[in-house]
Amino acid sequence: MNTQPSIETRLWDYIDGLSSPEEKSAIEQLIESNIEWRRQYHELLEVHQLMSNSLELDEPSMRFTQNVMEDIAKYQIAPAAKNYINKRVIWGIGAFFLITIVGFLVFVFGQMLTAPAATGGGTNALPFNIDPNKLNVGNVLNSTSTNVFLVINAILGLVLLDMYLGRKKKQLREQL
Amino acid sequence: MNTGTNDNEIISRVLRGEHSLYADLVKRYQNFVFTITLRYTNSREDAEEIAQDVFVKAYRSLADFRGESRFSTWLYTIVTTTCITFLRKKKLETHSLDNEKVFEVADSVDSGFRANQVEQKSKIQMVNKAIKLLSPDDAKLISLFYQGEQSLDEIGQIMGLEPNTVKVRLHRARQRLKDKMETHFVQEVKDIMN
Repeated sequence: MNTQPSIETRLWDYIDGLSSPEEKSAIEQLIESNIEWRRQYHELLEVHQLMSNSLELDEPSMRFTQNVMEDIAKYQIAPAAKNYINKRVIWGIGAFFLITIVGFLVFVFGQMLTAPAATGGGTNALPFNIDPNKLNVGNVLNSTSTNVFLVINAILGLVLLDMYLGRKKKQLREQL
Repeated sequence: MNTGTNDNEIISRVLRGEHSLYADLVKRYQNFVFTITLRYTNSREDAEEIAQDVFVKAYRSLADFRGESRFSTWLYTIVTTTCITFLRKKKLETHSLDNEKVFEVADSVDSGFRANQVEQKSKIQMVNKAIKLLSPDDAKLISLFYQGEQSLDEIGQIMGLEPNTVKVRLHRARQRLKDKMETHFVQEVKDIMN
């Protein structure tokens, strides 16, 4: 496969001033000595100059600025995001998801490890070398631990909801 | 195009309460913003609505402008996201050369870019017509580079692309513009002869 950049790519880089000094002098020599390079260079240069000098901007209606100023009069400049984003909220959300993921993984692995034992199956179903007879997952993953996990998640969820609603309430008060 | 320093001064004063100064920023960038939004829509009304929305969004988020980039780069990022949101919402048909019938006749004609075949004035008209027939992304890329005076890095920031990708896309966009112009010139010569 040809990985060499095309003549046009090299010429555009040269015209845009993006070529390295070595590449620049090599291209200058090619333009000087090679008719094809010279022809393409002049074509691209003309396109470049047309785009640089001839592209026109469209104008909106005469009232545009006035319309914008009338529109923004209805609003206030919002405080910078860094001022109102509470890092504790971010950490709280992060902790919530982390606990959820860890809980889910514990649950899944618990199911994987207890399933063969319950059906009297061997260790062949396991993808790694763990003796399920030595593991007592039931101690870790019983109904109490699951309930504790769910309660922690529910409390965290309520705390986050409370913080969110409190913030909204405060914003509404400020606007009024 | 104005320097970033002046923009930053105006922004500081607007943030300190001189809200009317925001009009200076609007006047300074409204043509460019409107040109870009017009590339995405076929309607001046829609383009003006989007452009207005861009300036309102920029105003409301002005405190978030940290001056790490030029104001124009930051503003054009808002233009891009607003245009995309608007198009998604309204599902507008974008203006693409692929849908145009105007150039179909001359498509098969093998031509060169013969500058001496037409007058300079006509060429200026052609380049402005041709850019309107490019895809919105191609047109925006060319506009940002040539009219918005944005560097490849800045365009990358605006469009969420790597500078190298911007470079490749810019090459392709210019190539497509050149192709359109060649085709258009051939059509024009044909029109003159008929």
